[in-house]
Order: sequence, then structure tokens, then C-alpha cells
Amino acid sequence: MLDYITSYLSSNTTPGQAGNVFWATVYILVVFGGISVAVMAMNWLERKALAHFQIRLGPMRVGPHGLLQPIADAIKLMTKEDIIPAEADKFVFWIAPLIILCASFAVYIVIPFGPTHAITDLNIGILFMLGVSSLSVLGIVMAGWASNSHYPLIGALRSSAQMVSYEVAMGMAVVSAVLMTSLHGLGPYGVGVGTSGTGTLSMIGIVQAQQEQHVWFLFKFFPLGFIAFGIFAIAMVAETNRAPFDLPEAESELTAGFHTEYSGLRWSLFMLGEYAAMIAVSSIAVTLWLGGWYRPFPNTLTGETWDLVFSLFPGLTFLGLAAIAFVGVRRMPKHPYFRVQTIGLAGFGAVLGLIGLILFVPPVRNRIQDIFWFVAKVAGFMYLYIWYRATFPRYRFDQLMKVGWKVLLPIGIGVLILTAILGVVL
Amino acid sequence: MAPIGTLHYLVVAAALFILGVIGVLTRRNVVIILMSIELILNAVNLNLVAFSRLWGLHGQVFAIFVITDAAAEAAVGLGILIAFFRNKETVNVDEIDLLKW
Amino acid sequence: MQQAVQPGMQPVATTFFFYLLSGLTLLSGVFVIVRKNPVHSALALIFGLLAQAGLYLMLYAPFVAGVQIILYAGGIMVLFLFVIMLVNLERSQREEQFNKQWLVGLLAAIALGGLFIVVYVKGKNLFPYRIAQPVETNNTQQIGVMLYGQYMFAFEIASLLLLVAIIGAVVMAKKRI
Repeated sequence: MLDYITSYLSSNTTPGQAGNVFWATVYILVVFGGISVAVMAMNWLERKALAHFQIRLGPMRVGPHGLLQPIADAIKLMTKEDIIPAEADKFVFWIAPLIILCASFAVYIVIPFGPTHAITDLNIGILFMLGVSSLSVLGIVMAGWASNSHYPLIGALRSSAQMVSYEVAMGMAVVSAVLMTSLHGLGPYGVGVGTSGTGTLSMIGIVQAQQEQHVWFLFKFFPLGFIAFGIFAIAMVAETNRAPFDLPEAESELTAGFHTEYSGLRWSLFMLGEYAAMIAVSSIAVTLWLGGWYRPFPNTLTGETWDLVFSLFPGLTFLGLAAIAFVGVRRMPKHPYFRVQTIGLAGFGAVLGLIGLILFVPPVRNRIQDIFWFVAKVAGFMYLYIWYRATFPRYRFDQLMKVGWKVLLPIGIGVLILTAILGVVL
Repeated sequence: MAPIGTLHYLVVAAALFILGVIGVLTRRNVVIILMSIELILNAVNLNLVAFSRLWGLHGQVFAIFVITDAAAEAAVGLGILIAFFRNKETVNVDEIDLLKW
Repeated sequence: MQQAVQPGMQPVATTFFFYLLSGLTLLSGVFVIVRKNPVHSALALIFGLLAQAGLYLMLYAPFVAGVQIILYAGGIMVLFLFVIMLVNLERSQREEQFNKQWLVGLLAAIALGGLFIVVYVKGKNLFPYRIAQPVETNNTQQIGVMLYGQYMFAFEIASLLLLVAIIGAVVMAKKRI
């Protein structure tokens, strides 16, 4: 039994491929916990960042700088009254948020945080992710229908039409990235003589193809990789119903769209599913175009010293966050009412500093590299999401559909054809 | 228990097929009849893929074509349903009898 | 009665998963034909399709499983749900659900079932238990080679078929001006 558990630690595959059920379960629990924490952090960050974009402060009261606000929100939502509309279909009403949750969370099975740090590595990884994330459309349609009222129905129809349209554009961009895994590499902009391997749909295989070809797919066949990444970046914002494509759920338009009639814990399940879907599609974008878990400049700045420099980044990041927390402590008002908050913030800063110091220790430093760079890139995308929400005005629905079908899809097909031609010719 | 062989999958496919046939022959609601047709197509697909394990990948390619055809047929069938629903506000096949004697 | 052992990934608890997945498929098939509310039937069909994708995975056909999830469960069923929402009549759920010749239909289906049983019992030796486990790592590549090589013509005809279906559905469902 102990053998079963420890024999995996020395293997170099994912637990799913090694068939090790125990470690697969451990990974699943870790990923699930990580997503829940990330969703809460994302909630806090969104409110604070939006507020600062709009020259105000955001939640400041609940914890120091509003750090405990998500917890307060969670408690409030859990204790609210559970209202089901009168003529609603109870079973479908109950199951709709569950479908969205399951669809959003099932994507995390194949996301690679490192060369062996995925729950499993399916050979059809990308296909699986596209398919499962398209199942959330079903949940939205059912949520709108089961609410038995006009606004949710219209919101659900609009939202699902939008999601289905942008899935097509996403698929085109993904296919051109997958095509790049089998084309030549080595050389500026990934062009020139190199390995011409077989393409692969598995997520870990795609990142390793980027490594072998010494180029991020973002820069391959410049500007084709860039345009494909741009299409995917726009389509993924539309896919998760986020600004500026959030007409179906905007408050001033449709009184919250398909989740109007949901209150309390059910609504929080929708939000959980939406944030989890955001993190999932950002992870897909990072894996396909941004080199996954590799540190920046993995092929141009090589060597021992550069490895050392980049390996200091995780610790430095946490120490930087601790420094920001301590600056906040110094600027807290010196009034007895704020004593608990000041102590809390100082404690939080101390914990962050401690984590940063632990990350300087060489064994930990070497193991945490992959996960840190992957999470850092995904966190960059999360900040971009919030930035878009603060900056761009909303698209009207017909403009939205026009962009999806008449702009993104032809560009996607063009990029695909050009990638194929360039890959064969060059 | 015997190890799971091809026959197990064929029996499951046959049972699905019979369920689909019962749905097509006994229900009145057109949408449910169309969904039973999808059940029949799925049973056929399961049969094809079960046999492709023995005799090469042709079965899987055929299954992909069947899924494509099922999509086209569902689209056209539902288009017909919507067009008819606009004329006569019913979804029961019993009442779609304008051309009967 | 031996199963060839696959190098690399070992199948885990094959019997349990087969019975679970096929039981789910058949149960959802029963719910499709029995429920009054078409939305419940559509939900049951979605679960059946996902369980069937699991059965395809057990048959070492990952690409077909992926296509099933994307196209069938994520595309066709969305289409069905849209149309159900458009034509949903409350009164049709309170009417009689089974038509007048339900008994004849049931008998015909049972006769078909009898035919299947006879065929499978008599031909049991044609379906060997020993299965040659195909390698699943390059399943997608091999299917791609076949689709673009041997079945190229059928592939192009299928795309033409989809174009015709799109045009037909749009023409039939659009409003008369």
C-alpha cells in the first residue's frame, strides 16, 4: 500500500497516465481547493481593481483593505432565502447551475501546470477541453427556461447564441495552434529547418512542441501566431460572458439575464462557474500560445545564471506582496478602532513574507518553477479581464454577433490556411 | 463475470435501438420522436465503434460520418417542425393530417 | 478468454465502468421515451450521450468520444433545447402522450428484440472475447490519415451535406416577409 503511494513519486508522468488512483485524487483535491481560493481572490481583486480604475477605494471595511470581503459575501449568500419562482420546473431549476459547474470544473483535468503536474494527459486534451466547455451552454439555456419569466429567457437565448458563435472562432484559432505543433521550427520566428514531428492534441505535448521548436507559438510565423492568439483572446472573453460581451447578464440591460431568478447559494454557484470558466480558458490560452509552464525566454536566455535569476522570481514576488502589505500597515490610521485591522494586515504580510522566504530555499525553488510561471501567466490574463471590464463599453447584441461571425471567423480561417501554407512551404 | 467482450457492447446497442424504435412508434410529440431517432443513430454508432476494435479504424470513421449526418438531419427536421408549428399550433403528429383522406 | 495487456495505461475496473456507463445510457434512453416534459427528455438524452462517450473511451476510440461530446451533446442538443423552448406548449404536456397504436408499436419492437436475441445467440461464436487492443496514442492521427486519404470523397460530400442542411434549415425557419 505504501509502495503504491511512494512509487509514483519517482515517476515522470502524470498520475492519470501512471494509473495511480491515490495521487490522481490528491491532485484533484489540490486543484479543486486551488480554484476555490483563486475564485475568492479573483472576486476581491475585481472589486478592488474596478474601484481603483474608477478612482474610488472599493471595499475597505470588512477586513484590512477589504481582504475578508469575499468571505463575508459567501456567508451572506449562503444564508439568503432560497426562492424558486412559482411555476418553475423545480428539477431543471435545480440542475442548471450544477451543469455549468461540472462543465467548468471538468476542464481542469487536463490543464498542465508542469510537465508532470497535470491530473492526466489525455491524447485528445484540446478536443476534450473544447467539448466540455461547450457543455456550459446547456446549463445556461436550462437556467433561462426553467425560470419561467421573460428576462431570463431572453438572456439565456442571447447568451447561448453568443457562446455558440464564439466557440466556432475559438475552434479555428485552436486548430491553427495545434497545426503549428507539427510544423518546422528552430530559427527566428519559428521558421526554418527543424524537427517536423507529428502534431499532437495533448496539452503537455503542445507545450513540449513549443519547447522543441524553441519558440512560443505566439511568435511563430509572425504575425500569424499573434493573430490566432488575438482571435482566441477575444473569443474567450465572449465565451465566458464577460465585458465587453456581457449583454446577456448586464444589470442595466436585462436585469441580470439568465440568473435573474436565482438567489443566494444558487447564484453564487453561477458566479463560481463563471470565474472557473474564465480561469480555464485563460489556462488554455497560456498553454497554447504562451509557452505553458516555461519561464520567459526559455531558449534565448539560457544558461546557469539566467536559470538562477529566473528561479528567484517566485520568492521575490511574494516578498514584494509582503512589502506592499507592510506599506499598507504603515498607512493605516492610528486609531484604536483600527487596531485589529492593522494587526491582521501585518499578520497577512508576515505570512506572505514567510512564504517568499521558503520559496528561496533551493529544493523548493526548483520544484515550484513550473507551477509559478503558469499561475503568473494566468493571473496576468485575469487582470486583463478586469481591465477590459473597466475600460470597454458594452457591445450591442447584433454588433456582438456580427463580430463573431463576420470578423473573427474569416480571420480565423485565413490564419489557418496561411499557417498551413507557410508550414509546408517554409 | 465474463470479461467484457464485443457481445456486451452489441447487446447494449441493440437495447438502445429498441428503446429508440419504441419512442418513434408510440409517442405523439414530434420533438420526442426526433430525439428517439437520435437514440437509434447512437445505437448504430455504438455498434460500429464496437466492431472497429476488431476490424480496424473504418468503423470509427463511419461513426464520425454518422454523427455529422445526424446533425444535418436534426437541423432540417427541427426546421420542418418550426415551419409547421407556425401554421398549425400543435406538436402532435396525430394532428398533422391535412393531406389525409 | 484472455485480454491482451496494454503497455502503458492499464484499464482500471473495466467491468464496473462498463456496467455503470451502459446502465446510465439505457436508463436515460428509457427516460427519453417516457417523460411528458420534452425538456426532461432532452436532459436525459444529454446524460445518455455523455455516458455513451464514456463507452467509446472504453472501446479505445478517444477521437469519436471527443466528437460525440462536442457535436452531439454540445451542438445538437443545444439545437433541440432551443426548438423545445420555441414550440413548448403547456397544453401538450397535459394531453395524451402515447398515440393510439402504442400496443402495435410495442409488439413490433418486442418482435425486433426477439430477432436480435436470436441473432446474437446463434452467432455468439462470431464475436470473439479476445480483443486485440488497439494502440490509442495515435488514434487521432490514424483517423486523420484515413479521413483525408481513403475517405476524402465522403469527407467532401459530408461538408456539402452540411451546407445544404444549413441552407434548408434557414429557408424553412425564417419568417415570411
